[in-house]
Amino acid sequence: MNGKIVNQKAWFFVIPVLLLVSFNAIVPLMTVINYSVQETFGDNVFFWSGLTWFQEILRSERFHAALTRQAIFTGAILAIEVPLGVAIALAMPRKGIWVSVCLVLMALPLLIPWNVVGAMWNIFALPNIGLLGKGLNALGFDYNYTRQVGDAWFTLILMDVWHWTSLVVLLAYAGLVSIPDAYYQAARIDGASRWAVFRHIQLPKMRRVLTIAILLRFMDSFNIYTEPVVLTGGGPGNATTLLSIDLVKIALGQFDLGPAAAMSLIYFLIILALSWIFYAVMTRNEEQ
Amino acid sequence: MTLELKQIGKTVGGDTHIYPTDLVLEPGRFNILLGTTLAGKTTLMTLMAGLEKPGSGQIFFNGRNVTGQPVQKRNVSMVYQQFINYPSFTVYENIASPLRVARLPEPEVRARVERIAELLRISGLLERRPDELSGGQQQRCAMARALVKDSDLILLDEPLANLDFKLREELREELPRLFAERDRVIVYATTEPTEALLLGGFTATMHEGRITDFGPTGRVYRQPRDLGTARVFSEPPLNTAEVLVLDGCCRLAGNLTWPAPAGLGNGPHVLGLRPHHVSPRREQADRVALESRIRVAEIAGSESIIHFDVHGAHWISQVHGVHPFEPGSAAVLYADMSRAFYFTPDGKLASAPAGHRPAGGL
Repeated sequence: MNGKIVNQKAWFFVIPVLLLVSFNAIVPLMTVINYSVQETFGDNVFFWSGLTWFQEILRSERFHAALTRQAIFTGAILAIEVPLGVAIALAMPRKGIWVSVCLVLMALPLLIPWNVVGAMWNIFALPNIGLLGKGLNALGFDYNYTRQVGDAWFTLILMDVWHWTSLVVLLAYAGLVSIPDAYYQAARIDGASRWAVFRHIQLPKMRRVLTIAILLRFMDSFNIYTEPVVLTGGGPGNATTLLSIDLVKIALGQFDLGPAAAMSLIYFLIILALSWIFYAVMTRNEEQ
Repeated sequence: MTLELKQIGKTVGGDTHIYPTDLVLEPGRFNILLGTTLAGKTTLMTLMAGLEKPGSGQIFFNGRNVTGQPVQKRNVSMVYQQFINYPSFTVYENIASPLRVARLPEPEVRARVERIAELLRISGLLERRPDELSGGQQQRCAMARALVKDSDLILLDEPLANLDFKLREELREELPRLFAERDRVIVYATTEPTEALLLGGFTATMHEGRITDFGPTGRVYRQPRDLGTARVFSEPPLNTAEVLVLDGCCRLAGNLTWPAPAGLGNGPHVLGLRPHHVSPRREQADRVALESRIRVAEIAGSESIIHFDVHGAHWISQVHGVHPFEPGSAAVLYADMSRAFYFTPDGKLASAPAGHRPAGGL
């Protein structure tokens, strides 16, 4: 066309990526959508069922209960990890050899594989042999996370805080060290209080990284599966059965492909919608 | 209102940042700290402000010893190279912030903020936040914050360095009007000799933690106390060469001679010549011709800056107009020796151009 050179060889560079993306994203998603609108009685025979599964899931009390547990879990860990992470970042040194020491210590929990974290805490919290479990009982607390709902939740949240607060710390710290010294000098000249420095200099300057931290923590905690499954297996009873654990029970335990597929899609849309709302709210002021 | 430093020094971890310094700064004029980066200008300012404690010496304000007093109690303002404003406040709240800390009644806060905003031409921007302003407007906001409280000491640390050329010129013209009339001590740090000359007032030249000279800006420029001062106060850098003075005759590199200025003693001296007194064209007959080779030529606006090799030394010529020069080619450089400084081998000024003799004492 108009003497423009069309180089068909470019396709060789595009096709591998296209194949990769379709195999790891588009095809699985299409499969799930396919299952979610069909009914099967085995033998690879499928019948069209429309939106029945979606209606069933959205009306089921079991789904509501799992969603509520999920919301409580995510809300709790955000409420603890974000302020705690910012507080630790504020307390960390800015200069000298202790910076590296602190950063390495902070990064350690993030480097441990998730199932190992679950296994560690499972043993750590065992009431008869674990350091935490036995210690709490020795101090007079009636602690048993495999039997008591409150204890299971306490352990679950403590594990997540231990595992992931570091992420918030590292991001907040990066935000803090990027503030030029002149800001703190200017605040001292004004006679601003420590709180005013935090509220009007450090917090606004950390805004972007904290937005990222909250989004990441929100999405990861809403998706969390490995650690709680290794720690409590969703128990006692269904007390710590979060959305992802419930989904696996339906899909692989009961092999209800249709409802599981419908639930996956609803689950996916909830995360997508909430992430978008979070992001829109947190960046709203910048766009004004 | 006088700020007086007596033997003020600062050492950090074995590194001397400021050698013991004496300085008396008077109100109502610009006191300029001129020096390259890392000369100690900012450190000296933080000591003046009380942001850092001096390692030695004392600071007096109006005869009162304020050495140990923290900055909050000193009534000081400072403007930085970076545009420092509270990011979440509007321009109005930013300017008002020092008054709020002082707990002034709201009507007075409003009146003062509006008056200062008008002076700095940002009245129309009061409801915006700093990240919605241009660099120049952000710096105007920061200056308004410094001016709104009636501080006794205003420190400006390279306030124009991060602005582009046009905004810098514009603000530089306004600065004397904004600051100099007031009865307070103004200290202005800059790396640019031109800026010091334009602002006038008094200049202290700084080099590696020492004040090398202090006096009226014109005097420091025309009669620098030593070679270090002349170097700091020359942009592009000062051209220097070792010359031998013998019986009223200066000799460079064995065979080049010209008459020495009256009163210059015999012996080796260091010649200092500012780049605009050296030209590749012979403008007048009495110029001294130097064999040289062109290293590189740069064009800066309407001026050419040409680098030469002259008898092993690196010399620079600054001339008006845009001239094409071929790097590597041989050229003759014409020096106006009537504008030359002569320093003794240990760096003291021995002779300044146009008959100026170094004044005794300073």
